[in-house]
Amino acid sequence: MSETVESVSALIIQKLLANPKVPRDIDGNCKIMEDLAFDSLAVMNFVMEVEDSLDVSIPLDKLADIRTINDLAACIVALKNKG
Amino acid sequence: MTSLFSKFEGTAGALGSVVAVGGRNPFAVVIEKPVSSTVGIIEGRETLLFGTNNYLGLSQSKNAIQAAQQAAAACGVGTTGSRIANGTQSLHRQLEKDIAAFFGRRDAMVFSTGYQANLGIISTLAGKDDHLFLDADSHASIYDGSRLSAAEVIRFRHNDPDNLYKRLKRMDGTPGAKLIVVEGIYSMTGNVAPIAEFVAVKKETGAYLLVDEAHSFGVLGQNGRGAAEADGVEADVDFVVGTFSKSLGTVGGYCVSDHPELEFVRLNCRPYMFTASLPPEVIAATTAALKDMQAHPELRTQLMANAQQLHAGFVDIGLNASKQATPVIAVTLETAEEAIPMWNRLLELGVYVNLSLPPATPDSRPLLRCSVMATHTPEQIAQAIAIFRQAAAEVGVTITPSAA
Repeated sequence: MSETVESVSALIIQKLLANPKVPRDIDGNCKIMEDLAFDSLAVMNFVMEVEDSLDVSIPLDKLADIRTINDLAACIVALKNKG
Repeated sequence: MTSLFSKFEGTAGALGSVVAVGGRNPFAVVIEKPVSSTVGIIEGRETLLFGTNNYLGLSQSKNAIQAAQQAAAACGVGTTGSRIANGTQSLHRQLEKDIAAFFGRRDAMVFSTGYQANLGIISTLAGKDDHLFLDADSHASIYDGSRLSAAEVIRFRHNDPDNLYKRLKRMDGTPGAKLIVVEGIYSMTGNVAPIAEFVAVKKETGAYLLVDEAHSFGVLGQNGRGAAEADGVEADVDFVVGTFSKSLGTVGGYCVSDHPELEFVRLNCRPYMFTASLPPEVIAATTAALKDMQAHPELRTQLMANAQQLHAGFVDIGLNASKQATPVIAVTLETAEEAIPMWNRLLELGVYVNLSLPPATPDSRPLLRCSVMATHTPEQIAQAIAIFRQAAAEVGVTITPSAA
């Protein structure tokens, strides 16, 4: 359980960059829907990939508050620490 | 002043481009007159209906029509009340008994629509501190029911019992009841859920299981009781939800269960309590259609044969059709720029199907969603396949002949 917001955020960015449609210059402050042009379903499907990599489940109501890559990373770290 | 309507700018733009590409609004098709279960007049033309979910053709059942006429004459055209107030007539209770008996269950609740059945049952069963586990490709009514509930909602990979298991295990030791929600046949893709495997996960983790058989009721299983019957695991399914608006050809939803507490669900279920009940003619038609369905198991055999004919035809002309041949067959196209003209051309040539565009599709690609009926003739299916071939060629849709 040594994940930090920075390390999780880096992992998310790495996963995002595997998709050729994602802009190359993203950082933790990028807004997932607005800056990456993800629709609501694409966000949920991407989150599922991250969940499987990090062995965590993010409840859908928590997802509603997430806008940036760093928000997602902070949410995951909080959930992992709780567990 | 902030406009209330600025949030619709995206929709307006998207709809504008769909209409610009294809010439018409695919979400405003009008069936001017239904000629039979399989043919309707659209834009003045006789059009083959391959997108109406009317799997057994019972929307045009003579028995159901007659029952509706008699019920309207005898009982009037509306109940003007909720099921828990003045909106329950003998007909409503009789239909609940008939549905429960059909499924071999203790009791049934009848709702005014299938959407409300999911909305009501899911939001009422899963309370604060409980946990809902939804298949990722769940219908909007399941997602909306989970939003109306106070429970925590976890999404698992589509039709993936291992992924569900992993997510349930992560919650080990967490207080609260766990309810798994899956569908028998998925409405967009026709994928069938591996219910027996979900049952195994449910048993091992101490969760409850709800199966929405909306598209599999009357379609799968020896007696048409759905995917759970087909897998031989009905006794391990806690709640079956479904609709009358597909194989029974009317409207309304239901939930059946052996849990005696269903009686108290009735008194806590807002989408059941705070809406008017179905009118007598709809209840009577549904009761008659249920009898029709039970009296004619050959409809189910014909339905599956028809599904196989359409599916094989699509594969043969090189279209990317659903993996399994079920009465829901989706043709996946790569881009909306292909799918929109293709859908329009199909309609002009006399075939109506459903156009589904992302994000309403599971994998960001557009679908031409077809639904097959028992009442389609082999000639109508052959004609539909020929029209698909012609439209694909004219529009320049990428095909891979004999891909399978």
